[in-house]
Amino acid sequence: MIEVDNLTKRYGDTKAVDKVSFQVGKGEILGFLGPNGAGKTTTMRILTCFLPASEGTARVAGFDVFDHPMEVKRRIGYLPEHPPVYDEMTVNSYLNFVAKIKGISPGEREKSVQDVKEKVRIKEYGNQLIGHMSKGFKQRVGLAQALIHDPEVLILDEPTVGLDPNQIKEVRDLIKSLSGSHTIILSTHILPEVSMTCERVVIISNGKIAAVDTPENLTRQQQGTQQIYIEAKGALLEIQNKIKTVEGVLDIESKPLGEKEVSQFIIETELKKDLRSTIARSIIEGGFEILELHSMKMSLEDVFTQITTQEEVRN
Amino acid sequence: MSNLLAIIEKELRSYFASPIAYVVLTVFLILSGYFFTQILGVFIQRSMMMAVQSQQFGGGPPPAMDIPSLVIRNFFGIVSTIILFMLPMITMASFADEKRRGTMELLLTSPITNVDLILGKFLAAILFFKIMLLPTLIYHGFLFIYSSPKMTLGPVFSGYVGLILLGGALISLGIFISTLTENQIVSASVTFGAVLILWVIDLAARSAGPVLQTILGYISILNHFDDFSKGVMDTSSIVVYLSFIFLGLFLTYRSLESLRWRS
Repeated sequence: MIEVDNLTKRYGDTKAVDKVSFQVGKGEILGFLGPNGAGKTTTMRILTCFLPASEGTARVAGFDVFDHPMEVKRRIGYLPEHPPVYDEMTVNSYLNFVAKIKGISPGEREKSVQDVKEKVRIKEYGNQLIGHMSKGFKQRVGLAQALIHDPEVLILDEPTVGLDPNQIKEVRDLIKSLSGSHTIILSTHILPEVSMTCERVVIISNGKIAAVDTPENLTRQQQGTQQIYIEAKGALLEIQNKIKTVEGVLDIESKPLGEKEVSQFIIETELKKDLRSTIARSIIEGGFEILELHSMKMSLEDVFTQITTQEEVRN
Repeated sequence: MSNLLAIIEKELRSYFASPIAYVVLTVFLILSGYFFTQILGVFIQRSMMMAVQSQQFGGGPPPAMDIPSLVIRNFFGIVSTIILFMLPMITMASFADEKRRGTMELLLTSPITNVDLILGKFLAAILFFKIMLLPTLIYHGFLFIYSSPKMTLGPVFSGYVGLILLGGALISLGIFISTLTENQIVSASVTFGAVLILWVIDLAARSAGPVLQTILGYISILNHFDDFSKGVMDTSSIVVYLSFIFLGLFLTYRSLESLRWRS
């Protein structure tokens, strides 16, 4: 549905986007992850025909964004970072105006305005001035604007910024419910958002793509070793020696906790083997007690930090 | 076509949603009404003086004085100067405010052409300008009712045609300048500056030597207005105004395109 090939955007000497390539299939939700200023918005603006690329091509629904901008614009719904609303208009008159410029025929206009209001749950606020609405509602009106012509492709630039936790959940649920029938690209720098809503993630850093994969794979790949967390009761050094005897243990960090004779151990092991039961057995056989044991998963945050900082080091 | 209408409707809505529109309308009506009564007063007084003089010194009936056409000519002269300073306030927000609010992204990512967008904004401003001029028709109504012999309506008609052409030129200039900035105040100030230069060109044309006078006279868009207020619709003047409008809108178009390339 969306094919981006070697896209580059230069502002003077700096490259905001540098040879970015990726594909998004029909009905897929792609997360665009990156620190602020990484080139997410620029890439989205190129896809929506707002900006031309310096080099490379981008195709949306088979149409090149440079050669056939009108065809692309007809098929895209775009929610920029700041919802593009007119404060002096009411929700109804604003959505009517958008319906007109998005090319919805007069007969269907009324219906599409009603439907989209239902979808983003602002049905009761039709006659309210947008200027009097809270940030969350403005964001919903912005989302309604992007959805009104039922576009094949949705491009959402940080759709949950500035919302309260309940609204964030609502927006995420809404986005999820739109997948399948719509192809969605959404950008964010909030990591849990990606793992919650997206099927695939593009991590972008300094204008370059650092990684493309599913959230699960990314976490797995970046993890070179596996970590196990244990709290046990007994003499710290003896327990530590006992653990060291297990084959496959690479490193142990230990420190005593506040309680009497209770210590915590963070054990690094080889990736492929699950040593939890072996380690547990050896500790218990040594006559000590285990209070807690779990494997530590690398969070997407860790992956993100690791990938984006690696990039900086490489540069 | 429907896109064009949608933009015009939206523009008119936002004009009347902002206090600036009402300020402009009110100030314009106060100024134009004030000057109309002043001009009328001056010419009535002058004609009475002439009548008294001719009675005192004898010598037949007083020389005929065409008060309506003198009033109309002077009134349009003054109104043309007033709009020089009022129209920049109408066009200052045009694109500048869309850029500031981020709604430019909505307009430029919607399937409408830049031509629709620019023409829509231009025509909406012209419509607003016409609404601004509408009440001044009453002045000419009074003039018509109380004039004897009945005045000819030709100069009134040509005067308004001229005003709309001059206004169109100023509006296209203002809209172009509003694409260059995000700040309405900057947009208005630069437009005022440009208008001031046009004004100075007109003044310079009046006091320059013969050759320069002809050249500056052609350039000055105010100079071309004089004919219209006299009841003369000169094709060359119309062409000058239409070219000026076209130039302004063309520059706006190029500016919008370059906006995409630069930003």
